[in-house]
Parts: sequence; C-alpha cells; structure tokens
Amino acid sequence: MSAGEAPPILEFDGVRLAFAGVRALDGVSFAVGAEELFAIIGPNGAGKTSIFNVLSGIYRPQEGEVRFLGEQLIGRSPQVIARMGMSRTFQNIELFSNLTVIDNLMLGRHHHLRYGPLSAALWLGRAREQEVANRAVVEDLIDFLEIERYRKLPVGLLPYGIAKRVELGRALALDPKLLLLDEPVAGMNLEETEDMARFILDIRDELGVPMILVEHDMGLVMDLADRVLVLDFGKAIASGAPPEVQRDPDVVRAYLGEDHRVDEDPVPQPAARQGSGEDS
Amino acid sequence: MTASVRSDPTRRGRPELYTSYESDAALLNTPGKRWGVLAIVMLAAAAPFVLGNPLLLLLATAFAAAIGAIGLNLVTGYAGQVSLGHAFFVGLGAYTAAVLSGDPDARLLGFGLPMIVWLPAAALVPGLVGLIVAPLAARLRGLYLAIVTLGLVFLGEHVFREWRSVTGGPGVGRDGVQAALFGVSITGAGGGLDGAQKAYLFTFVLLLVAALLGRNLARSKVGRAFAAVRDRDIAAEVIGVNLTRSKLLAFAISSAYAGVAGALLYTLTRTIDPNSFNLLMSVRFIAMVLIGGVATISGSIMGALFITLLPRFTQLLPRFLPFIGEGARGGGLISTADLEVMLYGLLIVGFLIFEPRGLFGLWIRIRNYWKGWPFSY
Repeated sequence: MSAGEAPPILEFDGVRLAFAGVRALDGVSFAVGAEELFAIIGPNGAGKTSIFNVLSGIYRPQEGEVRFLGEQLIGRSPQVIARMGMSRTFQNIELFSNLTVIDNLMLGRHHHLRYGPLSAALWLGRAREQEVANRAVVEDLIDFLEIERYRKLPVGLLPYGIAKRVELGRALALDPKLLLLDEPVAGMNLEETEDMARFILDIRDELGVPMILVEHDMGLVMDLADRVLVLDFGKAIASGAPPEVQRDPDVVRAYLGEDHRVDEDPVPQPAARQGSGEDS
Repeated sequence: MTASVRSDPTRRGRPELYTSYESDAALLNTPGKRWGVLAIVMLAAAAPFVLGNPLLLLLATAFAAAIGAIGLNLVTGYAGQVSLGHAFFVGLGAYTAAVLSGDPDARLLGFGLPMIVWLPAAALVPGLVGLIVAPLAARLRGLYLAIVTLGLVFLGEHVFREWRSVTGGPGVGRDGVQAALFGVSITGAGGGLDGAQKAYLFTFVLLLVAALLGRNLARSKVGRAFAAVRDRDIAAEVIGVNLTRSKLLAFAISSAYAGVAGALLYTLTRTIDPNSFNLLMSVRFIAMVLIGGVATISGSIMGALFITLLPRFTQLLPRFLPFIGEGARGGGLISTADLEVMLYGLLIVGFLIFEPRGLFGLWIRIRNYWKGWPFSY
C-alpha cells in the first residue's frame, strides 16, 4: 500500500535539522498519500516530534524540502501553514486552559471566521452571522467526539483523557487537509486508548482526513496505520506496511538491541525503504 | 434576539436552556443577568437626581477611569501583555482632546473644535501611537515588556513637561477639555441640569458604550485570539492565530480606550497638570484591573469604582484612628495620601493571594453560594 496512485499530499524530502551539532533529523524522506494513515515510530529522541515541528513551521531545517499540497512549506510561519490546511495536536496537551471547550474549538475555527475587529466590536452582520454558523460547525464536532457534557467547562478542569479529545477536536475544527497526531494515547488507560482509536478510525472513514500518527503504543500503530516509518537517531531506518516493518532486522535492532535475530525468511525489501543518509 | 428567547415557553424555569446559538452567545444570556443589568442601569440613571454633586463628580471620575481600566484589561487581562504605560496613553488622549477643544485665542495651542472631532481623535491618536509602540510587545513579553512600557511613562512625562506650548509646563498646566453637546456645556450650568449631573450622565453613557464594545470584542474571534496568545502562544500560532497582529491590535485598542478615558477625566477637572501622567497613575489602573478581576469587563468597572471611591473612605479614617493625619498637613504617623498608596499595595497583594479573580470572583462566589443554598457544595 504505497502512495503511488494519487499524488502524495505531503512530500518530506531529505530534511536535515541540527541543533548546535546535535542532529535531530538526518536526511529523512517520506511521502504521505491523499487518504493515508501514516505512522512514525521510533525510540525516544529519534526525531518524531521534530518532524512535526518542521511540518508546522516551528523548526526550520537546514536542508531539504517539504512540499504540502505541492507547495513548499519551509520558511513559512506556523500561522500560514495552519491556514494551508495543516493541523496538529501536541504530545503534552496545549489547550487554552482558561477558556471553555466551546471557545477552544471556536479558536480552531479562527481563520474560517472572516470579519474584522470593527465588525466584532459592533457585533453586527458579518461577525454575528459567522459566529453562529461556525458555532454550529463546532457543535457537530462536540457531537462527533462525544464531549457534550463538558461544553461549557474551562478545559483546565477536564480530566486528561477528555482534554486530549478536546485537543483533537480543536485540530479538527480547522477543517484540516492533513492532521498530525503527536502521541494521542500517551498516558491513557486501555479504555481511553480504545476510545481514541475509534475516533481516529472515524476521522479517516467519516471525514476522510489523511493523518500522520506519532505514537509509542505499538499495538495501536500496527492496528491502525496503513504504512509505518521507523526513525532511529534522526534517520529513517525502515518504512512499509506494519507487518513488514515489524520483521525488519534494523527495526528489531533499534528497539531490542544487537543480539536479537529474526529467524525468518528474509524480508522482501519494502518499496519505500530508505537507507540512512543515502537519499540526501 | 432577547425577545424571542424570553417568550419561548419551553424556557420557563430553565434559564440555561438555549434554543439557538444566537441566544447562547448573547451577552446577557440568562434572565437573571438581564434583570440584574437592567436594575443597575436604572439605578445608575436615577442617581444624578438623588445624590449630591460632589459624589456625582466622583462617580463620573470613576466611570471615566473604568473606560481606561477596560482598555488595560483588554491588553493585560485578555491578551496577557503586562503594560505599565497606560498613563502615557491616558495623557496622550487628554492632551489631544484639550488641544482640539481648547480656546484658539488662549496662550496655549487650541483649535476650538467640537466634541464630534475631539472625542474620536482622543481615541484615534493614542491608538495610532499604541500601534507604533506595539511592535515592541510583539518581541517582548512578561517582565521585559513591563520594563519597556515603564520607559514609555518616563518618556511621556518628560515630553509633557517640556512641550510647553501644548501642556503649559509643570506647575502651570493648561485648561481641561472643553466639552459641549449641542451647544450646552457638559461641565457647566445650563440645559436645566447642574454641571455635575450632566458630567455624570455623559460619562455614564460613554462607559456603557465602551463596556458594550469591549464585551463584544471579548466574545468575538478577536477576544478569543487574545486569550489564546495569553494562554499558549505557540499553540495559538499553530492553529492559525497571527501572534503579531493580535498583540498589535490589543495594544492599539487598549490605547484608544486609555485616550478616551484621559479626555473624559480631564473634562471633569479644570486643569491638566503634566506631572499627573506618572507611574502612580499606571499602578492605579493595574490595581483596578487586578482588584476588579482580570479578563472581565464588569470586573474592570467594579475595580475602577473601588479604587476611585477608596480616597472617600480613607478621608473618613482620621476621625476614628488618631494616628492617621489628615491630608498632607501631617499630624499623626501617616497621612491619608500615604495610606492610600499603601492600601493599593495591600489590596493588590491580598487579592492576588486570596481571590485572584478579584471582585468579579467574589461576586461569582456569592452567586454560587446562593445558587447552591442551603447546600455548601
């Protein structure tokens, strides 16, 4: 299942990102298809979140190209990238904790609200119409994520699992063309994890939004993802469908250490397999 | 909007049942709020025919200060950008209004223009200057921003002292703003009402307008963007909020409010002393915001009333506490003026520790207590 047929929505090409000698990303390349659920895994510090920060414009890589919907992303500000249709959640919840669930989701609609401060101050015409119309969109999301009972609570008071769900809702409120999920089930119990998995599948099936998922929960990744990219020390060491990746000797070595051997038939080389650095 | 809500029979006894997003987003979205605000507005409108003139003037000053406090709350409370420079913008508004309205034949610069010109200008000029200064805010935050805006106050003080053709210089000053509506002076006699009564009603109406505009901004995308910048600026950017634009806007709007407040404050007093736009004035506005309630419009008004009426009460104290001297004449350990300054500090610290939501928070606590009565949880 590769992104061969339709043009990929995202192309990440030979990106190098270093912080004063520490190489966070060392020539990473991959592409995400238009309807794909793409997962990125790897040990701690492998550079997974760095990829997200490059994608959303927080980090600026020294080398490489990132094309989203055919347009160059590097050098654009986070706010412009968000307007292009890239939306994300954070590893540690980054909600606006003093605001209610509704206000947080309405903030996700921010760039869909097109009225100026003058119209806002007078609350006439445009401002009023668009607030009501977008409030309806937000209500659909509240319904979709089953958070009706928390609607008017400040998110600072919400339990962790619910806050994660609200953050997902805020990301969805942007009407994203690509959704980045940074450890959506980190710190969740089994029940909450299953809820979140269900929402992720619903997003793909009902909303048709392609996603990139960074996650440590291997069970979740292997069950949900169409393709998996494995990172280790800023390098892509394998990529392909979940079963292929699980059997890849490099992946086993990265996760379990040198001594573990995979006593199986040699794995057919995955189509998008990338050696370390050779693609730069 | 509200009429349709009130007449809906399914809503009876269920104040928080909403049948449209419109009524959910309404400013006064429960019958309790509607009746409460109506009662307060009626009381306030009746006050000038009941209260004495000195108290009316004091209340008018409080209303004018409340407009400034709303402005500071928009930039500091909502957008989280601590500004100590509010006094500078208040001064800018006061002098803009005074110059435009001033007597063209007097010794100082004046154009003798009507209120329709000077009142918008008193908002526009500080607003534009705020916009020029604001890029600093886009690069700095927290303490650093506070220090830079503090510098603004000192710069302002110097300019106001030295620009004698406009301000008259220290110790001399210039006449206050000449306000007239339809040819009737607002602070003098005429039109069947006393100056104090007219000044009170005039500032009251403007405060209502300022509060309404402020609340509308706060509930719109603008206010939400401010809060997003305050709570988590990186997340705000990632969801498409333009940080720089939001901060610039917050500063410009806040400065415009300060300018109007300045114009009104010096409509009420006879002279403008260039030394009055100092750090103490900024601190008074900060105290109004902190004591009234951060990121609330009604809190700003409560805080302004509280801080402006405070001297009224400290003046009564020497009668009961002999160690407090009256005025600056000494006698006793501390004067009432010193006591006021100390009280600002004590109140700010006290509120920050015990009720960070300020007077607004106290009100919410009382309301929730009675909502749950007789249960305490």
